[in-house]
Amino acid sequence: MTEQAITTRGLSRRFGDLLAVDNVDLDIPRGEIYGFLGPNGSGKTTTIRMLCGLLTPSSGKMSVLGLDIPAAAEALRRRIGYMTQKFSLYDDLSVSENMQFLASIHGLGRQQARQRIDQLLDRYTLTSMRNRRAADMSGGQRQRLALAVATLHSPDLLFLDEPTSAVDPENRRDFWEKLFDLVDEGKTILVSTHYMDEAERCHQLAVLETGSLRKQGAPSALMAELADRVVEIRGGDLRKVKQQALRLPQVQSAAQQGMQLRVLLRADINAPAIDILRGQLDTPSLEFSIARPSLEDVFVACTEGGKER
Amino acid sequence: MSSGRRIGAVAGKEFLQLSRDRVTFGMVVMIPLIQLLLFGYAINTMVRDIPVAIVDLSGSAAARVIVEQVRVTQVVDIVSSYNTPAEAEAAIVAGAIRAALVLPHDLTHRIAGGETVGQWLVDGSDTMVGSALLALRNMPLKLEAGAPAGAYSSQPPSFEVALFFNPERRSEVNVVPGLTAIILTMTLILFTSAALVRETERGNMELLITTPIYPLELMIGKLVPYVFVGIVQIVIILGLGRLVFNVPLNGAFVDLAIITLAFIAASLTLGLLISTVAKTQMQAMQMTVFILMPSILLSGFMFPYDAMPILAQYIAELLPATHFIRLIRGVYLRGAEAGQLLPDIIWLLGFTVLMLAVATKRFRKSLD
Ligand SMILES: Nc1ncnc2c1ncn2[C@@H]1O[C@H](COP(=O)(O)OP(=O)(O)OP(=O)(O)O)[C@@H](O)[C@H]1O
Ligand SMILES: [Mg+2]
Repeated sequence: MTEQAITTRGLSRRFGDLLAVDNVDLDIPRGEIYGFLGPNGSGKTTTIRMLCGLLTPSSGKMSVLGLDIPAAAEALRRRIGYMTQKFSLYDDLSVSENMQFLASIHGLGRQQARQRIDQLLDRYTLTSMRNRRAADMSGGQRQRLALAVATLHSPDLLFLDEPTSAVDPENRRDFWEKLFDLVDEGKTILVSTHYMDEAERCHQLAVLETGSLRKQGAPSALMAELADRVVEIRGGDLRKVKQQALRLPQVQSAAQQGMQLRVLLRADINAPAIDILRGQLDTPSLEFSIARPSLEDVFVACTEGGKER
Repeated sequence: MSSGRRIGAVAGKEFLQLSRDRVTFGMVVMIPLIQLLLFGYAINTMVRDIPVAIVDLSGSAAARVIVEQVRVTQVVDIVSSYNTPAEAEAAIVAGAIRAALVLPHDLTHRIAGGETVGQWLVDGSDTMVGSALLALRNMPLKLEAGAPAGAYSSQPPSFEVALFFNPERRSEVNVVPGLTAIILTMTLILFTSAALVRETERGNMELLITTPIYPLELMIGKLVPYVFVGIVQIVIILGLGRLVFNVPLNGAFVDLAIITLAFIAASLTLGLLISTVAKTQMQAMQMTVFILMPSILLSGFMFPYDAMPILAQYIAELLPATHFIRLIRGVYLRGAEAGQLLPDIIWLLGFTVLMLAVATKRFRKSLD
């Protein structure tokens, strides 16, 4: 058994002229929650599909749970659970019918299936709606059902593609509790998201943009890299200050947040951030302070979207 | 063992979905019902009750006997009579009648001499009417004298004509079994051609292909419920054919079952193949129609196979419906046994295996 649940080298996928995934190297350890953070179209779904053996890479190598993919995709299917971005269970079947169907497909015995289904219904608080059609469930309930089905056959590795996109913050928290329970049982989870708060909960994170892997690491480490580069400015005409700041070559991004302006400076600055800003922004009444970097800063710092907005 | 479980799971799921899809479920029953009544009656009247007139120039008793015998065929409906052939011709041109039977002055004399006894003036603009009346001309007439004679025919009537009076030759007798081929082609290919595409369109396929299911298991599981659908439809069509149109089964039940199952299997796997080719349910529908049209026109359901050009016959041979129409007419009407019809049965089974193999091979557990 290898230490890593997933390793990829030079993983790429082309759709015609579009390079949807560009030369991605991943090292995803076992027993952790690993996050894919990226905006729409950044290649999260495409990467997950390749890792599941559903898409053939244009180039590159992958090893998932020690198996060569796509060559050993069929063997992998018994050991992974995949929660697709779009709800992929049967709308016209009830909760328990959907679960029974997939239990049989996964080869669970009758008795075993019944026990497992009851257990999962209880765990994901679906018991009271076991006879409800999937079409009649709320967004959060459907996500819980999809997660329950993805774990039916007790897979070692779970792929969750934007699992909480239709879920309110309260239910999102509960959902993440369930994910941590699964990790405690030794599962590895790969989850894609574009919510910063979710990304921050992951053990490790990959930031993707237009198919490229921009950064990989623990959220806290990624944020720590930005220490002393994030400055908050108060007072004065912040809209005007923002325009000025964005014109400075050392400034990577500036965004207004309520009464303050959050400015991120580039990595290659050679003087303390506050001194640079104070020297260049001539408005007298401004207050400057170093802020604790957030994941959003990490995201902005390693993607190119910074300057425009 | 787990393979059986998976096939069972897919089949059970399809059954559940089918039973909840009211429209499709209704179609299973309503299509055969409505089609049968429509086709059965429409084709029935088409060769019956053709409005004709009589021009009896002889005024003899023999003429009245001939007219009566023509009337009881029910092919024609004698709506009027005229005094001269010219008046009858005018009526045909005007569209009041489709044909007129002219019986000459010397009718009795002609009968005695074994000559042509009369002449049909036929409106040939409608070929169906024309051919129905052309058949009438060969009708064997039995007159009091007991002497057989032909109506408008220089030769004595041939034997095939004797079948004309045979109740087995009524059109619906031919239509009802043939209709099973058309209805099953339509519904079974339609249902299964959408089977896989629908899962793709609804997003279920991405999950399904991430499970350990084998393509062949998925294919078979998807087909099983529709075998029952096909059986239900056959029972409706033939049962109703029996009750309403009085079409009896001359062959054995087991032979009927064998040929029907072979045809159901062939149609379902053809639909499945379409489902692996089509990208959307709309495309699947169009491809189904593409198969359905020649199945109606070339299979021998509408036009006699032997009368078609060679090229059309070759195309017809590629269609399961052609083989099934041959089979079911054999079993149903002629009382043939499956053993006597082996070539067509083997063809259908071979077709099934081929379609299933190609569909399974085409189906990839991938999104590439
Ligand atoms: N089957 C396909 N054919 C052509 N282009 C595709 C296909 N699948 C994805 N793409 C393109 O590849 C790029 C990456 O898509 P992908 O779905 O992986 O993004 P994503 O990060 O999952 O986005 P989202 O957050 O919107 O789900 C997009 O530009 C998309 O248009
Ligand atoms: Mg996506």
